[in-house]
Amino acid sequence: MTDKYSEKVLDHFKNPRNIGEIKDADGIGTVGNPTCGDVMTIYIKVKDNKIQDIKFKTYGCAAAIASSSIATELVKGKTLDEALKLTRNDVASELGGLPAYKMHCSNLAADALRKAIEDYRKKKDV
Amino acid sequence: MKKVYMDYASTTPVDKEIINEMLPFFDKIYGNASSIHAYGRESFDACEIAREQVGSLLNANPDEIIFTSGGTESDNLGIKGVAFKNKKKRDTKGYNIITSEVEHPAVLETCKHLEKMGFNVKYLPVDEYGLINPNDLEQSISENTFLVSIMFGNNEIGTIEPIKEIGKITKKHDILFHTDAVQAIGKTPIDVNDLNIDLLSISSHKIYGPKGVGALYVRKGIKLQTIAHGGGQEKGWRSSTHNTPGIVGLGKACELGKKRMNKDVSHLTNLRDMLIKEIKPIEQCYLNGHPTKRLANNVHFRFVAIEGESLNLMLDDKGIAASTGSACSSKKLQASHVLLAIGLSPEEAHGSIRLTLGRTSTKNDVEYVASVLPDIVKKLRNMSPLWNR
Repeated sequence: MTDKYSEKVLDHFKNPRNIGEIKDADGIGTVGNPTCGDVMTIYIKVKDNKIQDIKFKTYGCAAAIASSSIATELVKGKTLDEALKLTRNDVASELGGLPAYKMHCSNLAADALRKAIEDYRKKKDV
Repeated sequence: MKKVYMDYASTTPVDKEIINEMLPFFDKIYGNASSIHAYGRESFDACEIAREQVGSLLNANPDEIIFTSGGTESDNLGIKGVAFKNKKKRDTKGYNIITSEVEHPAVLETCKHLEKMGFNVKYLPVDEYGLINPNDLEQSISENTFLVSIMFGNNEIGTIEPIKEIGKITKKHDILFHTDAVQAIGKTPIDVNDLNIDLLSISSHKIYGPKGVGALYVRKGIKLQTIAHGGGQEKGWRSSTHNTPGIVGLGKACELGKKRMNKDVSHLTNLRDMLIKEIKPIEQCYLNGHPTKRLANNVHFRFVAIEGESLNLMLDDKGIAASTGSACSSKKLQASHVLLAIGLSPEEAHGSIRLTLGRTSTKNDVEYVASVLPDIVKKLRNMSPLWNR
């Protein structure tokens, strides 16, 4: 773990994958707080219990944007149960590590995804 | 790729003329300035020339200049040096030291440390531009106040404090006045006598000199207590073998700073105002700091719904070096104390960027930044869930 961003973080920051919104999303999850400098929203489209499409919008530092980007890549096409297993550490290690002081504040993608899945399941139950 | 350095407030490149002046002092004139032999005397003489050059820039006498390792040490020595001489006033009524909420950490942290040692410190609030109110200052003074430390020009937002008025107040009440002039030096003429400044900190690497050297101006008659004990150099206030190449570099930087003052100030002011004019039309962006009471090289904006570190890295990707007061770029993860002090919310403070110009900045640099910045802001806003358009 270093204080410098890895090449992979910078790549995902500069060229974020799956950026944007899904207008008719099946589940939406927002986490973070503008006061802390990070807000992340994840939109999912679910088909046959799998994440068919996923998009995100993030306000925050490079670590926040890159971790959102890679998380969406990691879970796209996965079943909801598989996607729920994604942890902050998975996201960080997939990015080649994050600076220690960024691990908690900016690495919110796994939490946002969980919220989006919960939102989907809640809506489905109703 | 085009490269544009716009972070001169962080540090400057060393001027070639200064490098050439310094070079002989590494391997040819290498004597210890405290030594009695010819080698030593030659180094000593070089340090004394530098002392004159520094003094001349400030309209001070050479014997009022103490060489240090930089701005931070100068602030520490000036403030602690005076405080330790006034130990008896600890635990008394009223404030011992009056400073402001927007000081550089070298001053703020020093004052916080002195508070732990029993001194009473008042941190004056500032208005939306970052200016202290001289009336607040005067009202905070008590019979046990012995020092006022207010910075000359703010390192983040560039606001120039009412130094002349502060100097009048401290003189009237017979209190010492220290100012951190690390950012202001070379960007505005400073006359310590005209302004009634008693102690003043400068650093070499902000004015095209080498890193690791600075100076503290101490008005004749003021006594300090040392904070680093040793061989007794620099009147016993700052022990350590003289950093002769560094001191020579600082001296030359001050000489050139004085010689080029008018040219530098008009060049920087022109580019600064041009850059501000170019950035302003971007929607929902706001200039931080005072529109006119402002360091000649400082441009500082905040952009709604984007975060400063991202903005800084996007600029970096386009070859532009800038700086941000965003929490995410600081390891403490706190928004800039200066931006909070001028009344911004943490969210507003996060979206700030500082662009600072220098002697070698060009109109072309300004145009390049102005050409890429709107698209970067747009790109980040398109990613941001806080941007509703």
